[in-house]
Amino acid sequence: MPGIGGRMSTVVKAKISKMLDRAEDPGDTLDYSYQKQLESLQNVKKGIADVVTAKKRLQMQSTKLEQSVVKLDTQARQALASGKEDLARLALERKNVAQTELQSLDQQVAELEAQQEKLTESEQKLRTKIESFRTKKEVIKAQYSAAEAQVRISEAATGVGEEMADVGLAMQRATDKTEQMRARADAVAELEASGTFDDLTALGSGQDDIDRQLHELSSTSQVDDELAKMKAELGPGSGEPDAAQLPEGDKS
Amino acid sequence: MIVRISNEGQYRLDDSHHHHLDELDDAVVAAVTRDDEDAYHEAFEELLAFVRAQGETVDADDLHPSEFILPPADLSFVEAGQEFNGEGLIPDPA
Repeated sequence: MPGIGGRMSTVVKAKISKMLDRAEDPGDTLDYSYQKQLESLQNVKKGIADVVTAKKRLQMQSTKLEQSVVKLDTQARQALASGKEDLARLALERKNVAQTELQSLDQQVAELEAQQEKLTESEQKLRTKIESFRTKKEVIKAQYSAAEAQVRISEAATGVGEEMADVGLAMQRATDKTEQMRARADAVAELEASGTFDDLTALGSGQDDIDRQLHELSSTSQVDDELAKMKAELGPGSGEPDAAQLPEGDKS
Repeated sequence: MIVRISNEGQYRLDDSHHHHLDELDDAVVAAVTRDDEDAYHEAFEELLAFVRAQGETVDADDLHPSEFILPPADLSFVEAGQEFNGEGLIPDPA
């Protein structure tokens, strides 16, 4: 079974020989081939734009999550200050989940950034090759007999075709990765839409399905540590509810 | 001969390196066949490193097609199973 490379060159060669067979005048083949190359270059540009869009989407998601982290942290503090340790724990658990997602999102954004750079580089290379083909095609048209021109066109077109196939492969890999990231980002968006990162004080001490899942997801020891730290920061007497600060808080 | 590393570029190598390239390629095939992921990464990296070290970068405006095309450096072990089998990607020198 041929690999990426084998498949690539087989496809490229087949396409080019088909193109050469069709044309009667090598000059026509050259012009047609150049036209096709320019079209492919447009597709590469579109592909890069798609990666940029995906990256922006993830960045927006990341900003939202950052806000959630800050909000949940504040809520945990407030809950603790008013003596509601359960609620504080819940907020910290959710913050934990949001933070984990945030880390993974940031990593994905960095990966897309690298892919974008690579694709831009590939586009530049392809552009140079196409430009070189344009120059060469005029030389071939002017200087060579039909038979010899066929051979030279075939080689030059294969060279460009190979570069194009390589960019195509890079785009395919980038698209696959982007799709995976999109699925992940959508899952986070769903969590968000279901209110996971929403205002906790409005929820009270919920015990719904999400809470149970979150409880399993977030590392308990980390939450415990954070809770202890927060308690220490709030200082002695933090267990006493402050009715003035949190009017809706019940004294327990 | 010209060898392309996918998503990286073309390198021009002296034909005398064909034999060693074939050996490095066979080592990758052997690792994949043994189902040894660590060995695969090591062998594949060695193959690419050899091409990069011994090869001269082909100019971007050069239109010569490659004799051999190697997969991209970030090829996963699973993908490698489809690439490196039988004689590998570099056949024995004639």
